[in-house]
Amino acid sequence: MGNALFQLQWIDYAIMVIYFLFVLGIGWVLKRYMKDANAFLEAGRSMPAWVAGLAFISTNLGALEVMGMTGSGAKYGMLTTHFYWIGAIPAMVFLAIFMMPFYYGSKARSVPEYLKLRFDEKTRGLNAILFAVMTVLASGISMYALALLMEKVLGWNFNFSLLLSAAIVLAYTYLGGLSSAIYNEVLQFFIIVIGLLPIVVLSLHEVGGWGGLKESLAPIVTEKGFAADSYTTTWKYTGTATGNPLGVEWYGILFGLGFVLSFGYWCTNFLIVQRAMAAESTTAARNTPLIGAIPKMLIPFLIIVPGIVALVLMNNPASGFSITENGKPNYDLTIIMLLKHYLPTGVLGLGITALLASFMSGMAGNVSAFNTVWTYDIYQSYIRPATNDKEADARHYLKVGRLATVFGVLVSIAAAYLAGLFGNIMDFLQTIFSMINAPLFAVIFLGMFWKRTTGHGAFIGLLGGFLMALLHHGLTVPAGATTLVKGGWIGVVHTYPVEMAQNFWTAIIACAASALITVAISLSTKQRKTDDELRGLVYSLTPKIKEDHVAWHKRTNTLAIFVLVMMLVLSILFW
Amino acid sequence: MLDIRIPIGFLFAVLGVLLTAYGLLTNADTALYTKSFQVNVNIWSGLLMLVFGVVMLLTVKMGKKS
Repeated sequence: MGNALFQLQWIDYAIMVIYFLFVLGIGWVLKRYMKDANAFLEAGRSMPAWVAGLAFISTNLGALEVMGMTGSGAKYGMLTTHFYWIGAIPAMVFLAIFMMPFYYGSKARSVPEYLKLRFDEKTRGLNAILFAVMTVLASGISMYALALLMEKVLGWNFNFSLLLSAAIVLAYTYLGGLSSAIYNEVLQFFIIVIGLLPIVVLSLHEVGGWGGLKESLAPIVTEKGFAADSYTTTWKYTGTATGNPLGVEWYGILFGLGFVLSFGYWCTNFLIVQRAMAAESTTAARNTPLIGAIPKMLIPFLIIVPGIVALVLMNNPASGFSITENGKPNYDLTIIMLLKHYLPTGVLGLGITALLASFMSGMAGNVSAFNTVWTYDIYQSYIRPATNDKEADARHYLKVGRLATVFGVLVSIAAAYLAGLFGNIMDFLQTIFSMINAPLFAVIFLGMFWKRTTGHGAFIGLLGGFLMALLHHGLTVPAGATTLVKGGWIGVVHTYPVEMAQNFWTAIIACAASALITVAISLSTKQRKTDDELRGLVYSLTPKIKEDHVAWHKRTNTLAIFVLVMMLVLSILFW
Repeated sequence: MLDIRIPIGFLFAVLGVLLTAYGLLTNADTALYTKSFQVNVNIWSGLLMLVFGVVMLLTVKMGKKS
C-alpha cells in the first residue's frame, strides 16, 4: 500500500461505499420489473427522453475517454474540442432527424436486426458477430485499465480490483438489465460533473482565469513552434497541418472526424443507438441524441480546459505538478495528477469515485449491448428460434439474456488478463474492430435512403470496405511508429505526420470504398425485398413524421436547430 | 418503474450532507486546504450536491401532484 499515489481517508472511502451501495440498490429495485426479455434487454422501451439522452452521452464518457481527453487537452489544447463539437454534434443531429425513425419505427431490437430486416440474414450475422466480439473486447480492456489504475493510484491488489469491479458490474446488470445500466449511466453523469467541477474552478483560479491561461500558455507554445494562441483556438490554425498541434488540416478534421468517423460512430454503433432505442416513444427516441448533445458540447469545459491548465503547470517547476513516468510524459495520468494537485480529502474521494463509476458504467454499457445482440441476433437467430408460445419465449429469452450477461462478464475478465499479457495484440484488435464502423455507416446510409440497395450489395460492401481499411492500415504508418500495431505491416507506401491523420484517412477510404462497392453490387444484383417489406425501413417508402401534435419546444426540429446554433456559437467564440 | 430522480436525489443529498459536515469539522485545518488555496471545497461541493439532490426530489414531488 505504501507506493500508492493517494492516501485515502475514511471519508473518501465512505463516499465510495455509499455511491456503490446506491448503484447496487438501483439494480436490486429494478429486479422486480424484469419480467421478460423485452424489459431486460430493451428496458421495455420506457425511458423518458432526458434519461435516455444523458445515458446516450454518458456511455461515451467512460473513464478511458475522460483520461484520454484531459491528456489530449494538455497535448493539443482547445483543438481537442473538435471531438466534441464538429466530431459529434452533426452526427447526433443526423441520427435524430433522419435515422432514428427507421431504427425505432422498424421495431428492430438492435442495429444488426435492422440489417436483417432491411437486407438479409448474412449481413446481420456478420455485423452481430463482429459487434459481439468487439464489445467484450472493449469491456475487457477497460476492466484491465481500471484494475491497473486502482493498483497505481490506490495501492489495491490488481486481481482484487479486477474481480471486485467485475462483480459490481455483473450484479447490477444481471439484476436490472439495460434499465439498470442506463440508470447508472445517468447517475455516473451527474457524479462526474460534480466530481470534476472543483478541479475546473481551482485550476482556472490558479492560472488567473481564461485570460491568465492564455497569457501563461503563450511562451510555452511558441517554444514548441506554434502561434501564441494556437492552444486556445479551434479552427484558426488549421489552414496547414504543421501550424496546429493536432497535425491535421481543416478538411481532414471536417471530413475525417466531422463526417466519416463521427457518423460511423454515433449513427451505427449499437452501444450508443441502443440508449435511444430504449426511449418511450418515437419523439423521445429522436430527441434522445439531441438532449444528449447539449451537455456533450459543454463537457470540454469540464475535462479539456483543466488539461490545458495542466500543460501550464507541468512547464512551471515551482508548481510541483508532473505527469512524467519513467522519464516520459504519460498524458493519461493528467486527470489523476490534477485530482492529486487540487483536491483535499473529501472531494478527493468524490473525484476518485467519479472515475471508478465511469469505468464501471462503461463496462456495464458494453455488457448490456452484448447480451442483447447475443440473445436476439445470435441465439434467437441461429440456435433457438422463437416459437408460437410468446409468453414462454419471453421467459426463456430473459433467462438467456441473464446468462449472456454472466458470460459477457466472464469473457471480459479473460480479455482483461489477455490485455495484460499481450497488450499490443489487444491494441491491434481494437484498431481492426474500429474499422467496421465506417463501412457500416456507408451501408446503413445507402440502405435507408436508396431503396435499390440489395442484401448482396450490403454484405460485400461491408466486407470490401473493411478490407480496404485493413489494406490502408497495412500500407501506411504514422511518423515515428515503433511497432507494426500502428500500421505498415504489409509494407510502407506512405507516412502520415501523426497517427490521427492515419486514422482519419483509414476511415475515409473504408467509407468511400464501401459505398462504391455497395452501389456497384446493388445495381448488378436483384432486389429481393418487395416495397411492402421495405416500408418503415427506407426513407422513400415511409410516411413522413408529422410533429404537429407535439408542443413546439419539444419538437425534434426545434431542438435540432437549437443544438446546431449552440455549436456554431461555441465554434465562433473559440474560433 | 422506479423514477431515476429518486435515487439520484437521495444519493446527492446524503453525500452532500456528509461532505458539508466533514468540511465544517475540518474548517480550521489550514494544512488540509493548502491545495485548494484555503477554499473549503468540501463545504462548497457538499452544499451544491445537497441543493441538487433536494431539487431532484422536489421535482418528483411536484410531478406527482399535477
